[in-house]
Amino acid sequence: MTTLIEMENVGKSYGAIRALRDISLKVNAGEVTCVLGDNGAGKSTLIKIMSGLHPHNEGALLVDGEKQTFSSPREALDHGIATVYQDLAVVPLMEVWRNFFLGAEISAGRFPLAGLRIKQMKRIADEELRKMGIVVQDIDQPIGTLSGGQRQCVAIARAVYFGARVLILDEPTAALGVKQSGVVLKYVAAARDAGLGVVFITHNPHHAYLVGDHFIILKLGTAVLDRTRDEVDLDELTTQMAGGDELAELSHELGR
Amino acid sequence: MSHSVQAAPPMPAPAEPPRFRRSLSSRVLGRPEVGALVAAILIFVFFLIAAPAFRSAESFFTVLYQSSTIGIVAVGVGLLMIGGEFDLSAGVITTTAGLVNSMFCWYFGVNLWVGALLSLAFCLLIGFVNGYLVMRTGIPSFLITLGTFFVLQGANLGVTKLVSGSVSSPDISQIQGYDSLGKIFASSFKVGPVTVWITVLWWALFVALAAWLLQRTRTGNWVYAVGGAAASARAVGVPVVRTKIGLFMGVSFLGWFVGMHTLYRFNTLQAGNGVGNEFLYIIAAVVGGTLLTGGFGNAVGVAIGAFIFGMTSLGIVYAGWDPNWFKAFLGVMLLLAVLVNLYIKRMATSRRLS
Repeated sequence: MTTLIEMENVGKSYGAIRALRDISLKVNAGEVTCVLGDNGAGKSTLIKIMSGLHPHNEGALLVDGEKQTFSSPREALDHGIATVYQDLAVVPLMEVWRNFFLGAEISAGRFPLAGLRIKQMKRIADEELRKMGIVVQDIDQPIGTLSGGQRQCVAIARAVYFGARVLILDEPTAALGVKQSGVVLKYVAAARDAGLGVVFITHNPHHAYLVGDHFIILKLGTAVLDRTRDEVDLDELTTQMAGGDELAELSHELGR
Repeated sequence: MSHSVQAAPPMPAPAEPPRFRRSLSSRVLGRPEVGALVAAILIFVFFLIAAPAFRSAESFFTVLYQSSTIGIVAVGVGLLMIGGEFDLSAGVITTTAGLVNSMFCWYFGVNLWVGALLSLAFCLLIGFVNGYLVMRTGIPSFLITLGTFFVLQGANLGVTKLVSGSVSSPDISQIQGYDSLGKIFASSFKVGPVTVWITVLWWALFVALAAWLLQRTRTGNWVYAVGGAAASARAVGVPVVRTKIGLFMGVSFLGWFVGMHTLYRFNTLQAGNGVGNEFLYIIAAVVGGTLLTGGFGNAVGVAIGAFIFGMTSLGIVYAGWDPNWFKAFLGVMLLLAVLVNLYIKRMATSRRLS
C-alpha cells in the first residue's frame, strides 16, 4: 500500500480565524479516505490545501514523501492530484468535449495560434465517457444540458483520464437524488479499484460507509474521529456526525 | 475499470460507436451569430428598397469602411466580453494612441515610426494596467475601465493643450515616415469604380484571426472558460489572470490600430474624439450574439454586429432621413439583441434529455 499524500499537523488560518488545526491523515493508493463533517467544520479548507487553491500555513504536506506547498491548482495537478468540486466542476456553456479537455487541450504545437486536434479530442472524450458508462446524447452539446450526476461523472472521468493518482471529491452527492448518488458512488468505487487514492468529502455517513476504507470526522477545524473501516461501524459514524455527546446532552435536556 | 457491464445496450460494432447529433435546427439556432445574421439581412433588404443611393457597389464598400472603423476594435471588445470583462476605455484609447504618436514626434522632431511604436507600447501598457487592476483588486472591470476612460479623456485634452496650445494635434504630414505609415494604416485602392479602404482588409484579417483563435486554439478555449466560469477554469489549471490580462491588451492593441488609421488618414486629431465609441463596440458585440455575462459569442457575430452599425449609420443618410434617428435605432437593436441572447442562453443551458 503506497502512501500518496501525508499530512502532519497541518493547520490553516485566515487572518485571525483558525479554520483548521493539527490535521494528520494519510491518503493511500487504492483506498477511499472519507472526510466527514458538518458545515463549517473545515472540510473545504482541507481540500483547498490538498488541491492547491489555498496554501497551508502550519505543519507539513507530503506528496510521495516530499514536502510541498501548492500555490496554484496547476501545481497540484502536476503532482497527479485532481479535484472534482461540487459546484465548480465545469463551464456550463461549453461543449462536453471542451470541458473534458479544458486546461489540458491537445494542440498541434506550442505556438499560440496552433490548431487544436478537435476530432481526436472528441473521439477520446466520447470513448472515456463510454468506459465509465456515460453515453451523452451529443459530445457537442453544452455540458450545462447534462444532469448534475452526469456532470460529476464527466469531471471524474476527466480526472481519471488525465492520470490523476489522487482524486479529491468535494461533496459529489450533496445535490443529487438517491439514484444519481448511487451512480456517482459506483464511479468512486471504480476509481478506487483502478488504484487511485480517493478523498471523499461528504456530510452523509451512509454514503461514506458504502465506499470508505478510512474515516475522519472534522469538527470546528479539528479531527474528532480517525478510524479505519475495521474500527468503526455505521452507527457510530452516524452518531458522531449527528453530534455525538452533544446530541445525548440535548436529548437529556429535552427530556422525552 | 471493468464496469462497462453497466453500459446497458451492448455495442454491435465497437470500432465505430454511434454518436447522436442534435438536430440541425437546434445546432444552428444555438449559434450566437444567427440572430444578428437574420437582422443584418432584413436591414440590408430594407435599405435596398428604401434608399436608392444604397444600391451600388461604391456605397456597399463605403458601408464596409464605416463598419471596419468600429469593427476592428469591436473584435477585441467581443473577445474581452466573451472572457467576461468590459473595457470602457476602448473608445478614447484610439485618440490617445494617435495623440501620443503625433505629438511625441512633432515635439521632438523624430521619425513617425518611433512615435508609432512608442504609442503601441503605451497602449499595451494601458491594457495591461486595466487587466492587472481588475484581476488584482477584484473590482468589476466596468469601474476600473471607467476610471481609465476618464483619465485618458482628460489627459488627451490636457496634454494636447500643453503641447500644441489648442485642442487639436499639430500637422504631421511633413515628418518622416508619414507616407510609409499611411500606406499601412490609411491607404485605399480602386477596383473599377469602387474605392476599397485598407482598413476593410485589416478588419477581415482580424476577424479571421479572432475566429481561428476562439474556435481552434487552446487560448480560445481558455477565453470561453474564464468568461463562462472563472473559478472552474482556474481549478482545472487554466491561467485565468494571464488570459484576462491578454484580452485587455488585445483591446488596447486594436484601439491603437484604429488610432493609427485615424491619425494617418487625417494627419491631425481632435483631442476630444473617440468618446462614446466604446459603447458602439459593446453594441456591435452584443448585437452579434455575445453574452454580456461572458462565455458565449463568436468573432463572426461581432463582425456582423459592426456591419449592422455601418449599414444603418450610412443607410439613414442615403435614404435622406434625419441622421439623429440613428441612435434611437441602435438602442432598439441593442434591446432586441439582448432579448434574443437571453433566450438563446436559456435554450442552450436547459436540460434536453432524449
